[in-house]
Amino acid sequence: MISFLQTIGRTFLSGLEAIGRVTLFTLKSVLLAIQPPYYPRLILKQMIEIGFYSLPVVGMTAIFTGMVLALQTYTGFSRFSAESAIPNVVVISLTRELGPVLAGLMVAGRVGAAMAAELGTMRVTEQIDALTTLSTNPFKYLVAPRLIAGLIMLPVLVLIADIIGVAGGYLVSVVKLGFNHATYLKNTVDFVQALDVISGLVKAGVFGFIVALMGCYHGYHSHGGAQGVGKATTNAVVTASILILIFNYVVTELFFAR
Amino acid sequence: MSTDLKIKVRGLSKAFGRKVVLNNLDLDVPRGQSLVVIGGSGTGKSVLIKCILGLLTPDKGSIEIDGREMVGASSDQREDAMRKFGMLFQGSALFDSLPVWENVAFGLIEGRGMKRRAAKEIAVRKLGAVGLGPEVGALYPAELSGGMQKRVSLARAIATEPEMIFFDEPTTGLDPIMSQVINELISKCVNDLGATALTITHDMHSLREIGDQAAMIFEGKIVWAGPAGDVDHSGNGFVDQFVHGRAEGPIKMPIRPL
Ligand SMILES: Nc1ncnc2c1ncn2[C@@H]1O[C@H](COP(=O)(O)OP(=O)(O)O)[C@@H](O)[C@H]1O
Ligand SMILES: [Mg+2]
Repeated sequence: MISFLQTIGRTFLSGLEAIGRVTLFTLKSVLLAIQPPYYPRLILKQMIEIGFYSLPVVGMTAIFTGMVLALQTYTGFSRFSAESAIPNVVVISLTRELGPVLAGLMVAGRVGAAMAAELGTMRVTEQIDALTTLSTNPFKYLVAPRLIAGLIMLPVLVLIADIIGVAGGYLVSVVKLGFNHATYLKNTVDFVQALDVISGLVKAGVFGFIVALMGCYHGYHSHGGAQGVGKATTNAVVTASILILIFNYVVTELFFAR
Repeated sequence: MSTDLKIKVRGLSKAFGRKVVLNNLDLDVPRGQSLVVIGGSGTGKSVLIKCILGLLTPDKGSIEIDGREMVGASSDQREDAMRKFGMLFQGSALFDSLPVWENVAFGLIEGRGMKRRAAKEIAVRKLGAVGLGPEVGALYPAELSGGMQKRVSLARAIATEPEMIFFDEPTTGLDPIMSQVINELISKCVNDLGATALTITHDMHSLREIGDQAAMIFEGKIVWAGPAGDVDHSGNGFVDQFVHGRAEGPIKMPIRPL
């Protein structure tokens, strides 16, 4: 019984400790990111890596999500003869929730993992130590560009995903369900509000920051050779995904709770 | 006496968990000389260098560089000291995302803010100094053999013409000819730059080639120090055993019969 309580206590404490470490890492990264020197070349490189190269996977996710949304809404809503709400449901679900969350999760798998693997390898092969000996701060050189790029590029990706997703819903509705294409578009545009899109983009910024932060944090602190790098990669994806779902709730609460 | 010490280490202790690696270690590195520290694998040689460089935080003790205390110094002071240092890592630690010339020029471009074109010229010159042609500059580290990587890493360590250079096992894992090439390069670089050098090795041949002074580390302490010429008749049991590579002696290997 005692040892059971001990285990719970220890797990709780190490959990708190981990939160503290991540918080410190975040503060240090942000503080150093806003001080010169800046590395525009590296920021650009990360923006291409995160934004451009994630387009195919995010685009595929968005189009099929939009298509399935239209189809599911139709099968549900046609029972109440409420089919005309399809464009509204599609655009609201996508811009508010599914666009940012699904893009965030896909990017966590793609980019967060790659960051953790890259920084982790640099850590275990002493390349991060080498940076320091060459008078370069690893937080400014490695972490800051990734955080900035994540923060900027995920909203861009989500905006594109919103458009592609709506196009997917439109495609199914018009081609398969026999909607009038002009009415569908008009309903979509009439119904969607700036706040829907903006809240989604704010979420995307938060998620992009989280993905980059977890990739960098786990990579930076990896140890124990190839196995350690593998562990860092897994942890980066898992923690980023969970944090995305948690912060999705938090941001939703901030925007829409009344 | 203390004025012509480049580095003065007193009472340095470092443990990882319960494993004590450095235990109250004292070490003097005289200015302008080449000190070679010998010791078996896993005796804490790399940990010693990393403590001096500030890559690891010691648990206890004092490290003075040019008479300035470094333990507990601000990160600005530490960065200042780092500007005078060059380091050759045990595993080369070349940046695998950058071509060879940018690796060599890294300290000049990022650490000193030099223009890329000017830095590239110097990098090519430094590559020449370690016997590599300009065409090697365009290759990536992964395309080089181990010996070439060591030489590139050496070129990177000397590119900023540091006052003090650290070499962590510069010849380990190289064939005898390449070892000799590296030894000669190190002697030449140190002499040409008039730099102070701290080399860590278990290669006795290296010691004889590049050392002015020698010291031996065992169980976290310096057990002997003296002129490099004296290692063969030091009258010290540890040094004798190490120099002659005997299995019997004060250094016990915990090996049980098969
Ligand atoms: N970051 C670390 N975490 C835990 N143990 C470490 C770490 N770095 C070194 N050690 C331990 O310290 C001891 C000395 O390591 P090191 O200085 O690398 O030896 P060497 O003399 O071969 O360079 C080893 O037993 C190693 O396991
Ligand atoms: Mg070592």
